[in-house]
This record gives sequence, C-alpha cells and structure tokens, in this order.
Amino acid sequence: MLEIRDLHVQFHTSDHEAVRGIDLKVDDGEIMGLVGESGSGKTVTAMMVAGLLQSDRVKTKGQILLDGEDLLRADGDDLRRRQGKDICVVFQEPMSALNPVMRIGPQVEECLRVHTKLSKAERRELALQAMRDVDLDDVEEVYKKYPHELSGGMLQRVCIAAAIVSRPRLLLADEPTTALDVTIQAQILELLKRLNRERDMSILFISHNLNVVRKLCTRVAVMERGLIVEEGETDQVFHRPQAPYTQRLIAAIPTRRKIDG
Amino acid sequence: MSERRRNLYLRVGLAITGVITLLAVLGCFWTPYDPSAMNSAEMYASPSLRHLFGTDNFGRDVFSRVMKGVSTTYLISLATVALGAAVGVVVGALTGYFGGVIDDILMRVNDAVTAFPSILLALVFISLLGFGKYNVILALGVAFIPSYARVVRSEFARHREMNYVKSAHLMGATHRRIMFVHILPNTRAVILPTLVIGFNNAVLAEASMSYLGIGVRSPDVSLGYMLSESQSYMSSAPWYVLCTGMTIVLLILGFSLVGEGLQQEGR
Repeated sequence: MLEIRDLHVQFHTSDHEAVRGIDLKVDDGEIMGLVGESGSGKTVTAMMVAGLLQSDRVKTKGQILLDGEDLLRADGDDLRRRQGKDICVVFQEPMSALNPVMRIGPQVEECLRVHTKLSKAERRELALQAMRDVDLDDVEEVYKKYPHELSGGMLQRVCIAAAIVSRPRLLLADEPTTALDVTIQAQILELLKRLNRERDMSILFISHNLNVVRKLCTRVAVMERGLIVEEGETDQVFHRPQAPYTQRLIAAIPTRRKIDG
Repeated sequence: MSERRRNLYLRVGLAITGVITLLAVLGCFWTPYDPSAMNSAEMYASPSLRHLFGTDNFGRDVFSRVMKGVSTTYLISLATVALGAAVGVVVGALTGYFGGVIDDILMRVNDAVTAFPSILLALVFISLLGFGKYNVILALGVAFIPSYARVVRSEFARHREMNYVKSAHLMGATHRRIMFVHILPNTRAVILPTLVIGFNNAVLAEASMSYLGIGVRSPDVSLGYMLSESQSYMSSAPWYVLCTGMTIVLLILGFSLVGEGLQQEGR
C-alpha cells in the first residue's frame, strides 16, 4: 500500500542529504520495522510520509506512493484529506504530543471532527470505543481528564487511541516506547500487535531498539547515514545479517552472557 | 511565593477593582447629582455627607463627576484593549505560526508603529480624525496593537514546533483550527496578564490625552479631563484634584494587583 521510491531529502540548512535515495515498501497488514542509529534518517523518512516536512524546509526528490498516488505531488487539501484518514502518527513523547489545556476526549475525537460529519454523541461513542480498544480503564473518567492527570503509559495509550479512532490504514510509530519504562513498553508492543491483527492496520515502526523490533515486526529495514543497507524478513535479518553495519548493530545488542562477563 | 501571599494580591486587587467597577457601571445609569448641574449656592464646598467628595468651582458634585468620569475612562480603556488585543492576537498568531514572509512584513510594520511613542501616534490620529471619545479609542487601540502582537507572536512561534501541534496537523486540522482552537488556549497564561497591563496603560494614556486636551471633550467627562480641570482650583478645592487623582491611582493599582495575582496563578 505504501511505497517509497528513490526518496532523497535535503534540509535547506544543510549541505548534505539526510536521506540519500531509499526504496521501501509496506504491504497491507504488515508491521515494518525501520531501525538505525540517531541521525540515520529514519525519522526524516517518517516525517516525509506523514507530510510534516514542508517544501519550505526541505528539498525532495523521488516518490512516496500511497495506493499508487504520489503524496509528494499531492496538493495541500488532498494531503489533509489523506492525513488522519489513511495515515496516523504516534510520537515518541506522549506528554508533548497532547495539548496540555484540552481534555482527553476532544483530543481523541479530533480526527473525527475534521474528517467526518458525525454528531457529537456519535463521535463520543467512537472515541470511548477506541479508548477501550487500547485497554484504558474507566474510559468515561479518562475522557474528562487533562493530560497532566495521567501517567506516561496511559498518555501513550491515549495517543494511540487518537491515532486509530478514524481507522487509518497505516500507523507511523516513531519510537513510541522509548520514553516509557520496560513493563509499559511490553504492554504497548502487545497492544500494537493486537491492533495490527484486529484492525488490519499496517504499521511502520521506527526504533533504534533492535530487541523491540525483533519482537514486533514481520519485516525490517536497516538505515545507515541516509541509506537502507539491508531489508528483509525479521528472522532472516537477525540470524543471517548481510550488511556489515547490521552485523555490528546486532553484535551490539547486550545479552546476558556479555553482561555477566 | 507562598500560596497565601499570591492569593492576597488577587483578593485585594479584585476588591479594589470590584468597587471601582461598581461605581463605573452605576455611573452609566445613576449618579447622586447631575454631574454637570451647577449650583451657585454650594461652590467649593468641602467633602461632607451631602457631597462625599465636595463640590467644584461651579458647585457641581465631585463624587457624581468621578462616577461619570470613571465610567467613561473605563469604557474607553476596555474598548481600546479589545481593539488592540483583537487585532494584535490575529497579527501575532499569523506571524508566529506561519513565519516567513508574512512574519517579516507584518513585524516590520509593527516595528514602525512601535518606533513612535504611543501618545505621539494618538496625537496624529486625533489631528486627522478630530476629537471625541470614539476617536480616542481608535487612536489608542491602533497604538497598542504591537504590544499584543509581539507577545502573542513569540508564544505561537514556541508552540508551533510542539508535537501536539504537529499531531493536530497530521490529523488534518486546518491552520485556522490549529491556531485558534489548539494553540490560543495554551497562551492564556501569557495573554491574560498582558491584557491587564494593557488596560492600565490604556487608562494612563486616556488620562494623559484628556489632560493634554486631545481626549474626550465636554459634556463627556473622563478622569484625565477632570484632572486638567481641577488643577486650577488646587488651592481653593484640593479635594477635587485629590479625589480624581486617587481614583486613577486606585483603578490602576487594583488592576495591577489582579494582573500580578493572575501571573502568579499561571506559574
């Protein structure tokens, strides 16, 4: 459904390209992992797909096709119709991804308010349903709260609820578990897996944490300095890494034996 | 700052402001005496139960005139703030949110307006438009736009880069919706005190304009107008100038305390 073809991205403020020609495909219903170190271009790629980097800040080349339609050439209105309906994003920091002075409920409904003509009661019902789907308890209570009254894990669930409420087909998850502690991390990963299965929603999962990617993704692409150096089935990439960079990355995963010395 | 102290600011401020607001509202409908009725039998009467603030050189009741004056000053200041803030918020929102060329153009205009002292700017306006309280409102309102625009702009520029704004953008919200539904409520902690300070400046600016004789004209009375009137009788009717001056001081003190209290509350 999503296909990136020979994408180049260069910031106007920089003299080299942040993304230097990558090809990437995300099929219907799969969880694609995009891994790489900081500055390897993985977030820039995601932001391009989401349409968050406008042409006044970057120079681009190549194509980003959603169902065969080029998002880079789409005009503003068309893109807005796509965003939120077909593509949604979950950010790394749940605290800053929510408006601090708006109650949770209206924020989860935002997508519906922009894209549908549902009545207030219908929107509320869908929002509550989405919040139940992400395993929040007491949704009626949470609906009325402000972001600062919730914990980080709950906030990330709220963000996911806001992202899935209008049933997008592709979820971009930009390091959604990095800011959370390990137990919550595992729960969020389970949740993403379940949503992927139940809602038939593709996920492009961006992370620098190889263990997380290994648990979650069906396929994985490794980025290094703006290029994809390896791509394939998760098992294959982890067991028989081809590119030297991937081998080094995998060797760097801390294991129990290494820690014991 | 302790909880109690900051509440004290707000409470004292609200008390003073409340009394004066009451006088101002009342002054629109009712005053103990007709504020411009002369009475030759009671010229220069000192404060008494009959005339709380005494009478002036024409035997007019100073308390009634202060009530009328406060309501005029109040009205002009409120309207000035409303005009300045409405335009200032829109300009600030546009420049801060979009940046780029719009920002450059509007902010240079802003700088140009700021470069003139506001009284001078108001003077130019009055000489173009003529006297009267509505022209004072317009003149001061325009002169005050930049101060609001600047504050709002910096807040919008700060919030523009935040993830919740990106997220709203992603969900397909329009720029207008993001600016006024998402960002604007977030800036209230900064805007509210600015409005209060702006109100104080408007009171002072109106008073100085009327004092200089380029503000409201008789039969309208405003505090500044009364101040210029009363200074000739400072020795024969000191209560006139004192009561008028004290009212201006209290009006500003009250609002400053409210502003200070609000600012503490916002932290």
